[in-house]
Parts: sequence; structure tokens; C-alpha cells
Amino acid sequence: MDRMNLSAMLRDMLLARAFEEAAAEEYSRGNISGFLHLYPGEEAVAVGVLHAAEPGDYIISTYREHVHALVRGIPARQIMAELFGKKPGICGGMGGSMHLFDSTRRFLGGYAIVGETFPIALGAAYAITYRHLPEAVICFFGDGAVNQGTFHESLNMASLWKLPILFVCENNRYQIGTEIHRHSAVVEVYKRACAYAIPAEKVDGMDVLAVHDAARHALESIRSGDGPQLLELETYRYRGHSMADPGSYRPGSELLAYQAHDPIATAIQLSQSPYPSLEDIRSAGPDCLDQLTDHCSNNELLDEETLTRMKQEVQKIVEDALAFAQASEEPGMQDAWDAFLCNRRFETLMKSPT
Amino acid sequence: MKEMLYWQALNQALDAEMAADETVFILGEDVGLFGGTYRVTEGLMAKYGEWRVRDTPISENSFTGLGIGAAMLGLRPVVEIMTLNFALLAMDALVNMAAKIPFMSGGQFSMPLTLRMPGGVAKQLGAQHSQRLESILMNVPGLRIVVPATPQDAYWQLRQAIRSNDPVVVLEHELLYFTQGRVDEGAMAPAIHQAVTRRSGEHLTCIAYSRMVQLALQAAETLAKENISMDVIDLRSLSPIDWDTCAHSLEKTHHCLIVEEDCRFAGAGAEIAATLQERCFFLLDAPIQRLGGLDLPTPFNRNLESASIPRTEDILTAARQLVNPG
Ligand SMILES: Cc1ncc(C[n+]2csc(CCOP(=O)(O)OP(=O)(O)O)c2C)c(N)n1
Ligand SMILES: [Mg+2]
Repeated sequence: MDRMNLSAMLRDMLLARAFEEAAAEEYSRGNISGFLHLYPGEEAVAVGVLHAAEPGDYIISTYREHVHALVRGIPARQIMAELFGKKPGICGGMGGSMHLFDSTRRFLGGYAIVGETFPIALGAAYAITYRHLPEAVICFFGDGAVNQGTFHESLNMASLWKLPILFVCENNRYQIGTEIHRHSAVVEVYKRACAYAIPAEKVDGMDVLAVHDAARHALESIRSGDGPQLLELETYRYRGHSMADPGSYRPGSELLAYQAHDPIATAIQLSQSPYPSLEDIRSAGPDCLDQLTDHCSNNELLDEETLTRMKQEVQKIVEDALAFAQASEEPGMQDAWDAFLCNRRFETLMKSPT
Repeated sequence: MKEMLYWQALNQALDAEMAADETVFILGEDVGLFGGTYRVTEGLMAKYGEWRVRDTPISENSFTGLGIGAAMLGLRPVVEIMTLNFALLAMDALVNMAAKIPFMSGGQFSMPLTLRMPGGVAKQLGAQHSQRLESILMNVPGLRIVVPATPQDAYWQLRQAIRSNDPVVVLEHELLYFTQGRVDEGAMAPAIHQAVTRRSGEHLTCIAYSRMVQLALQAAETLAKENISMDVIDLRSLSPIDWDTCAHSLEKTHHCLIVEEDCRFAGAGAEIAATLQERCFFLLDAPIQRLGGLDLPTPFNRNLESASIPRTEDILTAARQLVNPG
């Protein structure tokens, strides 16, 4: 158990929730339009996994990727400006909510066609192995994406060539309005991985520590060349599929049941328990003293006062991002052409005689 | 300068680029041990190893996507789709990913991907294996499309495609693989998208590409005996198109005939005719004519198959009519 990171993870989860709620509000005001898929309820997934990522790892996500981008370190300003379609957005206003990219942070994009993240991950991982580097690719996807052909094609190739990929299924039990029992013959996604001889595990996606632990172990083994792994993280989205969806197909009791295990509340609770249980100390192994020290210092970090300060701090970041996005200029058509022709600027083809 | 077959020229181009640049690798079905369905990758696996010449399972969408992901990390993948009919299963990778990622990322990622695919009407392969997709791909901004007609162009344009930071689709014609021609490996290449005049003429301009260039040249030979001299332009690239070369020819001939193997309806010729009439309307003495494949799946029967796409006689008839109406 890695409690050192707990407060950093908690902060990112708070930031994620505040960012997404602010985006929802801007959508209602008409400042953001188009498809807007939000993440509240699922924070422990992106935060737990990406806190286990190294700067050298690559990340690929879906259209529901603002939080992955935030946790990866893309400034909230640049993400919000992209949602507004503005010029200083991370993609200059050419990508939008569903297509965030950041080459310097190795964020290989948000993809809006279900099932596309698999082949991109395959290619990135192929390049890593080709160059004999100790890096990994983290590939996010939903429970709905596992019935797409690319899931099966890509798992096969990843396993066949032992590519360094962590497949992360964000199982929120819905593909838009279709519940998992109505879209999948086998509802436990991790079981599908055995068809391709890929080690897989199911983890509580509402518990950020459990997610983080599982991801860290998997990534260490993947980076050392042991081949791909798959994590199925059971989670839930509190909102509809997108802002255009009221989510009325889900029983209210279901939402309440998941909210009772809210990942942020859980993380706060974890960080506030005064002492670890004896069981925790024993299970931490020989390093239990370190664990205890970490834990105690964590507690100091995370008293009520710190928590309040943390909430204020993330609120400020979000408000700053909103003000920045509002004030930013729109891109012009020339910016679109520049982005489109980006590959021709430094073209070094063979020389032409004329 | 060497005489070689079209497939050998492609093989030489791959070998040259792989030797020059370690980031170049090949993947596709049966490209490695087997040496390629049309022998194009013969000998390369033995020379460069399996990580640079990768045999894949039959998963077109995902291995094309693999090429795209690898290209985003700076490798230069050359994906072979066994025949272009199977590229229909990779359309998502091609259209939604390769063509859009550089743009959607605001220019952060380049896409040095080459996609080779044999196609066209060959010999009685049936409707599913006798297709052309150029007009479908031409409608996708962000892809370059080259259509080499000679071994020399196959050599040059494949090398240029590999060096390009744009995704380039190389459409190879199945009936051209075993045609022979001179390849000068040291000569300077025209720009990848530049059209060339294969034969000069005064009375009409024939614009063609890929295998149809051969037919146009045969027709021009016959027409010359009838004192009709035909300019034959080999487009070499369908995206972008070198409009200047076409327009300059029309300044001289004032008549235009477009020949394509693809179905005529909404085909490449429709785009060429529309743009040239916008640009050259007042140069033209007659409406631009188009010859293309029938709007019909390719019949299996040998006679019907050959009647479903332009033949040399069809070019002769159309050219005579165009310059001597009535
Ligand atoms: C190929 C494809 N088909 C359909 C859609 C429309 N669509 C968008 S999201 C979605 C549901 C995906 O569900 P899941 O993979 O579970 O992800 P979640 O939205 O739950 O995170 C569908 C059907 C699409 N974007 N792409
Ligand atoms: Mg889902």
C-alpha cells in the first residue's frame, strides 16, 4: 500500500470533480457545446492508474478523457480552453473535448470512435519494444469497447509479440443506455483476457489505493518486458453518458448505492483514520515502520483544515482555467490550415530536378 | 540504370529505405517468411529480422492502427494490405485516425505512415477482388494518394512515400507487378505529386493514371498514324493533383479526355473534369470527356470483365470523336 501518494491522489480527485462540474455548468451556459462526456464517480480509476505511470509511459484514452489529461499534468487552463474551442487550447481548438493530445506529456489522444484506443496502444508499444526501452503504454477503454473487433485483434497481437501495454477497462456497466448484461455475454471483462493468455485482474474501481496498487504492480512487470496485462476496474458514472443524456434509464437506487461508495469520500476516509490497523501494518511486510511513518505524516497532511485548503485550492485552479478559457482568442482559418499542413513544413522528400 | 520488373522496383525501394533509416519497418500479412503476395518484400525479413518485417494476423484495422500508433512515436511504418479490397476493413484506421490525428492534435503529431495496396481489375478474380478505391480515398482530406504506372515511378514514389511525414497510400496495380522498365536509382525524382507528360501531342490531351497510362500510350501510337497527335499525361498522384501540368497541356490541345479504370460515377475523373472545366473552360473547344469502368461490380466472366473497364479501342473511339465530331 502506497500511502505516500494519498494526499496527491486525493487532490487530483478533488480537482477532477471540480473541473468536470465546472465544465457541466459552462455547457449549460452555452460556452461549451458539442458532445461533453464527464467523469464524476470514476475519478479513482484515472487517478489511481496515472499516479502509477512514469513520465516515460504513454497514455491513450477515449472521449471521456479530461481527467486523464489533467492527472497527466496538462494544465487545467489548456484543457478548458480546448473545451471552449479556443486558440490556446492544448490542440489549438482543432480537437475539442473528445480529442485532447499532448505530445510532450506522451498523451497520445482521446479517441471518439469506440475501440480505437487499442490499435494506437499496439503501435506505441511496438515502437517501445522496437527501441528496447523500459516504457509502458496505458490504454483506457470502456466496458462497451470490448465487443469491438479491435479489442480482440489487438489483445491477440499484444500478447503474441509481448508488447508493453496495460489495458485498463473502465467498467461503468453502461454503454450509453445499454446495461452490461444486455450488451455482453460475459460481463466480467477480465475473463476475456485469458483467451489471449493475458494476465488480468478485477479491482474495485471506487478505491483509489486498490487501483493504484494494482496498476503499479502491473506496470512494473510490463516495463520489465513481461508482456501485456489487463485491469478491469469496476466503477460508475454519476451523470448521464454525455451532457445530452439525462441517464433516466438507470434506477435511482443504483446511483445512490454507488454514491454511498463515492471514491472521493473513500479516499478522504482512508486518509483520516488515525492509525493503520494492526492488520495493515502486518500486511505491509518488513517495511512496516516506514509505512507507519508515512501514514502518520499523511494524517498530519490530511486533517480537516488541510482538506478544506485543498478544496479551495482546486476550486481556484478551476476558476482560473475558466477565466482563461473565456478570455482566450478564437483560432482563425489560417490556424486550421497550419495544423492540417503540419507534416509538410519540414518535408524532406527526394530532391526534385525542377 | 537497370531493367527490372515493377515488383522488383518496389522491393529495391523498400530495401534502400530500410538500409538508410532504422525507423522504417514493414508489416502486413505474409510479408515476412512468405515474401509478400506479389513478392514485393522478398528477402527483406532475412536481411532485417522479424521486428522490421513483421508478419501479422488477419486483423487489418488493428495492424493498420498499429502503424499509426508507431508513426506517432516517430517510426516510419510501411503497412502492406494484401489487396486493397481488405483495406475496407481498415477504413477506420485510415480515415478516422491516420488522416485526422495530425490535424486534431493541432499539428503536434506527424503521421509518417505508408500504406501499400495492390488493386484494380486483374484476371477473373471476381467482384470482391477486382476493385479500386481511389475515389473513396480522394474524398478524405489528410491522405496523399500515389498511383505509380512504371517501375521507375514505383521506385521513386515508394521511397518518397516512406520519407513523407503525411500518410501516403500507394495504389499498386496487380497487372503492373510483372511489367518491365528501366529504373535509374541515381536519377533525381520529380516531386511525389508531380504529373508527367509521357508523350507529347497537339490535338488532344489524355489524362490517365496507373495501368490506364499504358493503354493511353498504345492508343496514342495508333492515333498518330491517323494524324491525330495525343498528349498523354500520367497523373502519378491523385491527392494532391498537379493541376498545372494538366492546364498547360489544355492551352495547347483544347481537348481533354480522362481515362480511369475506377467506376465512372463519382470517380476520380469526375473531380478532374469538374476542376479543369472551372479552371480552363475558355480554353476548351469541346466538353471534357470521361472514360471509366462501368457502374457495375466486376463480372467474373472473362469477356464481360474486360468489357467492363476501358480498353485501348475505347480510348481510340473516344479520342477520334472528340477531335472529329460528327
Ligand atoms: C464505433 C462507434 N460506435 C458507436 C459510437 C457511439 N457511442 C459513443 S460512446 C458509446 C458507448 C461506449 O460505452 P463504453 O465503451 O462503455 O464507454 P463509456 O462511455 O461508458 O465510458 C457509443 C455507443 C461510437 N462513438 N463509436
Ligand atoms: Mg461504459
